[in-house]
Amino acid sequence: MISTFIQLNPLQLTFYSAALLAIVASLKVITGKNTVHALLYLVVSLLAVAVCFYLMGAPFAAGLEVIVYAGAILILFVFAIMMFGLGQDETLHAPNIDGSKVNKFNLWFGPFLLALLLLIELVYAINSGEVQAKLTSNTIDAKQVGMLLYGPYLLAVEIASFLLLAGLIGGYHFAKPEGVGLDRKKDLGEHG
Amino acid sequence: MIAIPLSHILILASILFVIGFIGVITRKNTLFILMSLEVMLNAVGVAFIGAGSAWQQADGQVMFILILTLAAAEVALGLALLIQMQRRFKSLDIDNLSKLKG
Repeated sequence: MISTFIQLNPLQLTFYSAALLAIVASLKVITGKNTVHALLYLVVSLLAVAVCFYLMGAPFAAGLEVIVYAGAILILFVFAIMMFGLGQDETLHAPNIDGSKVNKFNLWFGPFLLALLLLIELVYAINSGEVQAKLTSNTIDAKQVGMLLYGPYLLAVEIASFLLLAGLIGGYHFAKPEGVGLDRKKDLGEHG
Repeated sequence: MIAIPLSHILILASILFVIGFIGVITRKNTLFILMSLEVMLNAVGVAFIGAGSAWQQADGQVMFILILTLAAAEVALGLALLIQMQRRFKSLDIDNLSKLKG
């Protein structure tokens, strides 16, 4: 077991540790008690998957994963949690071990440690000549993706834009406060 | 030639997918169900990118971008529905949704 572990080249070693981090972070997401902390672990999981993408030879997808998933979709979650007001008292219900200071330290320590490990991996992967030599031989860059996206897949792009429009309208409709726009007739009747 | 075997990438994708699926079927908080759905969609993305890099084609990344837009639309609608749910039931428990009637 250990001998096979040593035989791995640096690229594989980095990939497998990033995969392990992604799995651990995902497990923490689904077992978490506090929503905000589960969200932090979800961010770490997405970043770990982004490192995996980079090592698989898809730097464009890795960038999109960080920008769109970790940057935009997770911010939506944060906004929703702020609207629910769940962030206020939930830490009070968490098991308090030794006073508030230690407890607070425990809360941010897990995601911090996982993200730090990811950072070390990424710096190592960028810095190591061996990994870079292996990566450049089989990288698919953004140009190839763009040629495909606006060539054979043009119809799919149009359909995706319909989907986003439907999401926009649906989100506006569902999240509207109760009664706004529903009983306009009554409002008009009262005022006029 | 790719340095990481495709089978290992697919194993990673299936582990992540199963973790997300377990989250979807075991959690009661709807917000956690949405997060687990994100993990599942992400696992599908891993499978697509891995297959794309194994065959040295860009199609995998195109599919990943389409999944990304799908995830964005799904989260926007899901969170809007969650806001409605919080407003009506004052909780995010999925069991409340069995009280819905048309």
